Amino acid sequence: MKAWINPKIQEKIVFASLFLSTLIIVTPVILVVAIIIARGSSVLSVEFLTSMPRMGMKAGGIFPAIVGTFYLVIWTLIFALPIGIFSAIYLSEYSKRNLLTRIIELAIVNLAGVPSVVYGLFGLGLFVGFLKFGASILSGSLTLAVMVLPVIITASREALQSVPNSFREVSYSLGATRWQTIRHAVLPHALPGILTGTILSISRAAGETAPILFTVAAFYLPRLPKSIFDQAMALPYHLYVLSTQVPNVRLELQYGTALVLVGLIIIANLVAVVIRSYFRARKQW
Amino acid sequence: MRKYYEFIVESLIFISGIASILFVLLIFIFLLKEGLMLFKDLGVFDFLLGTHWYPISEPPRLGILSLILGSLWVTAGATVISVPLGIACAIYIGEIAPGWLKEILKAGVELLAAIPSIVLGFIGLVTLVPLVKKLFGISTGLTAFSGSLMLAFMAMPTIVSIMEDALNTVPKSYREGSIAMGATQWQTIRRIVLPSASSGIIAAIMLGIGRVIGETMAVMMITGNAAIIPHSFFQPVRTMTATIAAEMGETVQGSQHYSALFAIGIVLFTITFMINLTADLSLHGKKAR
Amino acid sequence: MVSQIEKVQVQNLSVAYGGGSALRNVNFSIYQNEILGIIGPANSGKTTFLRTLNRLNDLDPRYQHKGEVLIDGKDIYRKWNVFQLRKKVGMVFALPSPLPISIFDNLAYGPRRHGVWSKSRLNEIVERSLKSAFLWDEVRDRLDQSAMKLSGGQQQRLCIARTLALEPEVILFDEPCSGLDPISTAKIEEAMQVLKKRYTLILVTNNTKQAARVSDRVAFFLMGELVEIDQAEKIFTVPKDKRTEGYVSGRYG
Repeated sequence: MKAWINPKIQEKIVFASLFLSTLIIVTPVILVVAIIIARGSSVLSVEFLTSMPRMGMKAGGIFPAIVGTFYLVIWTLIFALPIGIFSAIYLSEYSKRNLLTRIIELAIVNLAGVPSVVYGLFGLGLFVGFLKFGASILSGSLTLAVMVLPVIITASREALQSVPNSFREVSYSLGATRWQTIRHAVLPHALPGILTGTILSISRAAGETAPILFTVAAFYLPRLPKSIFDQAMALPYHLYVLSTQVPNVRLELQYGTALVLVGLIIIANLVAVVIRSYFRARKQW
Repeated sequence: MRKYYEFIVESLIFISGIASILFVLLIFIFLLKEGLMLFKDLGVFDFLLGTHWYPISEPPRLGILSLILGSLWVTAGATVISVPLGIACAIYIGEIAPGWLKEILKAGVELLAAIPSIVLGFIGLVTLVPLVKKLFGISTGLTAFSGSLMLAFMAMPTIVSIMEDALNTVPKSYREGSIAMGATQWQTIRRIVLPSASSGIIAAIMLGIGRVIGETMAVMMITGNAAIIPHSFFQPVRTMTATIAAEMGETVQGSQHYSALFAIGIVLFTITFMINLTADLSLHGKKAR
Repeated sequence: MVSQIEKVQVQNLSVAYGGGSALRNVNFSIYQNEILGIIGPANSGKTTFLRTLNRLNDLDPRYQHKGEVLIDGKDIYRKWNVFQLRKKVGMVFALPSPLPISIFDNLAYGPRRHGVWSKSRLNEIVERSLKSAFLWDEVRDRLDQSAMKLSGGQQQRLCIARTLALEPEVILFDEPCSGLDPISTAKIEEAMQVLKKRYTLILVTNNTKQAARVSDRVAFFLMGELVEIDQAEKIFTVPKDKRTEGYVSGRYG
């Protein structure tokens, strides 16, 4: 026989446990960030951020890793943005609800789901090996570009589709062609959403380790990369190396590197949120 | 003049449109290109079901069963932990939390999604692993259990956000109708909202699993990297992803070891492809109705 | 006095969207410099007809048509370039639809798409169009301001000015006053009386009183068919068809 509990009481119990579950998820996040800040901020200094590593990376700064990450992000965007935005334009403005479109959507979902280490293998096979670019910023950023493509496409497509149809109708009724309509009546108003997607992909590209393991990352490179064909250090790989490959590295140094990486990513995400709010407030439609 | 310019632009747009398909194919092709070579000397079943992974011994033993099981154990553990918690969290955030709290909690989950896996792996290594060792009195905290715990954590944002979307697609009128008939909010959620969102629940689980199986750095740093068939959760294991990441640096291009790692990549790609296909079809198959 | 030149000739026009038929065998002509009012209950095909004239229906993938529409004697599907057609046949929509850009940019949008980039020519065009739409005095000092800040009536006059910037020959009005207050409505109706001297106007409206006020001739559409077309006076006082009579007297609608 099933015991009958007053539904109101049952609800209270259930809601409490749901809240607890949520807390179990959210609290550790705050703890993680707090620990990183607490234990990493002691090494944070201008010197740490702008000098080269010394003593086999047991001391010194992380400047080359920051610079390397910076180059990787820039080149990733250069490769991924045009293809991503154009692809979103195709899906939003040109495609019909047919099988081809469905396959494209499935491909995008799959690109988003490919394990990051498989991207590393892909980059190794195609860019480093087959195209003979070698381990370089070029190979690394091309690999990362394919990886962030789904993020850009999805965000841009959403931004384009949320532009009211009346804008397009007005443009056509004034005798504009399809590309003119997209370029002048749709795209300008989708830019905030596209921008947000771009910033999100920046934070992904900056934080990934596995795709750059075989395609660009250098273990210890005490000089800055001079061209796109050079190898480079990068923040996520540097953290990996400090915490697992080099013995006796001060824990503070590791936390400091983690702090810089997490800090950059959180700043990027905050910028995205601010941009989103700003344009949402100013939006006149 | 304008006609030619527009023709070029629109061609570029179309090519970009199908670029995603091209890239998926390229990934598969290059995995095959480097990985299939392995099977000239080694049978597929010996590879998939072989229990010993000794790539640097003479002759090398290249059986990935222990790796597959390592991935499966860690994934299963992570799923068991993350799915109930994730669904509970999504329900709380989506249906119950008041406005201001909802925004804070959502921001918290998004923050979790933003933290790179290497950082979580690092934190897990320096905090979780020693903790597990102490709590359970075992010889090392580098275990499948620690890995499952960390991965469950990392899969949360995926599960929560998909569940949230699924809950949002349930029309408001369903809830209002139920409340109007005197049901409590929980009764409404349990009997009306959740069943309507069931395809979303399935998709959330599948994509969560996909996320976990594909994770590399955090697992590599926390699960101990012992390529043996696991007998308990409190042993070190090795996943397929960690194997590739750990060993690729030590192989010679074109060698059998090299091909074997690519072959593992083929297995991973196929698994995640199937998972994503199923999840997406279930999400969109239901929508079409 | 309306001219006798046939600006638009509609011959056996039938339109369907997928399965459903929207217009059946419509036949009539529209004369230059007249204001033609089109009335009829909802779903009678009025808007579909209007949107056929500037081929805006082409945007709907389910659109199919039979028969011909000739403007200046040329088939709009076979002999007219669609982008040129839309320059010559302008449209004002039911809800005022300024683009969320400046007043100046709204007006310059059309000319720019058709190759006009010189600042001085654009200034000229903007002033001329705003004057013809009776909006110049109200906005001459704030052309850089966003068009969204204008009132509904002003926005609609902006939309009229926008089509005038392209120097059209026919202007289509799709229930242009449905969202406007009586004063703004009166201003637009006044403007139409002046505009008809230079252009041919076609006005779709749900408001039979407005049709009576403004039009030279009136066409009554019912369920996709052109039931009757005649001088405005006659349609409202002595209509020939019983169905017309039922509609204009308010027995159904």
